[in-house]
Amino acid sequence: MLSITPVIARAYRGRMLAGVTVGELVAHVEPGDLVAVPPDYSGVSMAATRALIAAGLRPLRLVAVPTSGMQADMLVGAGLVSELEAAAVMLGEFGTASRFVDALGADALRMRDATCPAIHAGLQAGEKGVPFLPLRGLLGSDLLALRPDWQTIPNPYEPGDRIVLVPAIRPDVALFHAPRADRDGNVWVGRRRELVTMAHASRRTLVTVEEVVDDSLLDDEVSAAGVLPALYVTAVATAPNGAWPLGLPGVYQPDQAELARYAEASRTADGFREYVGRTPLHAR
Amino acid sequence: MTTAKTELLVATLANLLEPLDPGTVAVGNVSPIPAAAALLWQARAPGRSVSVLGSRRHNAFTDGGRELFDCAAQGRIDAFFLGGGQIDGEANVNLVATDRHRFPGSFGSAYLYFLVPNVILFRAEHSRRVLVPRVDFVSAPGVTPPDVYRTGGPIALVTGRCVFRFDRERRRFRLASVHEGETPASVREHTGFDYDEPADVPVTAAVSEDDLHLLRNRVVDEVAETYPRFAEAWR
Repeated sequence: MLSITPVIARAYRGRMLAGVTVGELVAHVEPGDLVAVPPDYSGVSMAATRALIAAGLRPLRLVAVPTSGMQADMLVGAGLVSELEAAAVMLGEFGTASRFVDALGADALRMRDATCPAIHAGLQAGEKGVPFLPLRGLLGSDLLALRPDWQTIPNPYEPGDRIVLVPAIRPDVALFHAPRADRDGNVWVGRRRELVTMAHASRRTLVTVEEVVDDSLLDDEVSAAGVLPALYVTAVATAPNGAWPLGLPGVYQPDQAELARYAEASRTADGFREYVGRTPLHAR
Repeated sequence: MTTAKTELLVATLANLLEPLDPGTVAVGNVSPIPAAAALLWQARAPGRSVSVLGSRRHNAFTDGGRELFDCAAQGRIDAFFLGGGQIDGEANVNLVATDRHRFPGSFGSAYLYFLVPNVILFRAEHSRRVLVPRVDFVSAPGVTPPDVYRTGGPIALVTGRCVFRFDRERRRFRLASVHEGETPASVREHTGFDYDEPADVPVTAAVSEDDLHLLRNRVVDEVAETYPRFAEAWR
């Protein structure tokens, strides 16, 4: 088991935080928070997911941006999630997310079914500080019956045209894993710009990273273009391999054998509990 | 699924993309066979753009998850693939639930089905369980009243047994070909919705030697980046 190296990060509104472990990072999450998490291929903080489960932090409301897999399934399986907004939840090539499906069957989870662009648009409204954004499509989908918060209005600019509005999403927390941060708390996400949108729209942003570098990521024009500035970042913790067993784009691939073990174990509640019990908090 | 069947489905989907030359094809979540089809279509000729969700190498987007959807709304995406837990005879797709079974969710269907001109439905399982008279939940409708903004929609449905083409005016599928080993009668037996059937239904074209070469020497390796499990089973 690897130790977690504390780093200094600049907190939201200028407060300084020193020496943050993954456990301390997730202590910024409060019961009832709406937590935004990225899809499996973008940079999921599985290290923080395990820490949330260890801390038994509940209830959480999750919004997947726009889908989730093992992370949502584990948090649901651990009984931490009261409400989940997502365009889909499944374990990628490993199929059904069993804890998610079972929780819905047992009425233990309130599902807010969405479609991918509606979640992106809701976060974009959130980052703009406007109450909603209009979105094409959707008319005639039964999703509109499940989502009374998505309203249909006449297009004020074109008579006869109807368009759907999705309300702004303002998560309490954006939580993700990225390749690196610098000592000022700037986080490099590269082309995974949905992480930036998530952070812009969220009140707090909590990040685990593979490594902390000494030079400012904003000094180099090439790296600066892929940076989420510290302005938005509440805390950063170093967690090598912190997306494991999921992959981190450009850094490492998913651990297929471990994902298969999880898919198999999590078919039952007992198997899931046993899996969580034997999985180390920190990645190998 | 056998290797031969996988290769037939991949090539059949790629053949449906062939009129797009040049063009831009996008592939969404959990779609290994459509991803392989798009990459085969790309491998056949220069100037063809493919974006596979979850891939770094076969993905030109740099503005995050929203970029595909923004591109689609602008008409920049020519073709996309959708699956369905249930699909009915009017090409409605259900990715949410039946009264007995929960599916993963609608993904981008409730949006992209409206905005991508050539949406190809793909579901390997061809049974009355999947191809139903009427879906229990409409994630995305196959057709739309004239007052709804819509620039896209379904053009075809490919299954493990056959190819259907979709007629938006008639709101119906037409049996276009049956795969080797199937007959119009066997397709009818396993299909829960009604559809048009011409007097002569051809057999789906076999995979060409050129395609087989591209599939086995290029596409399988390309698709392995995003779908390692699928590629391993294929090899």
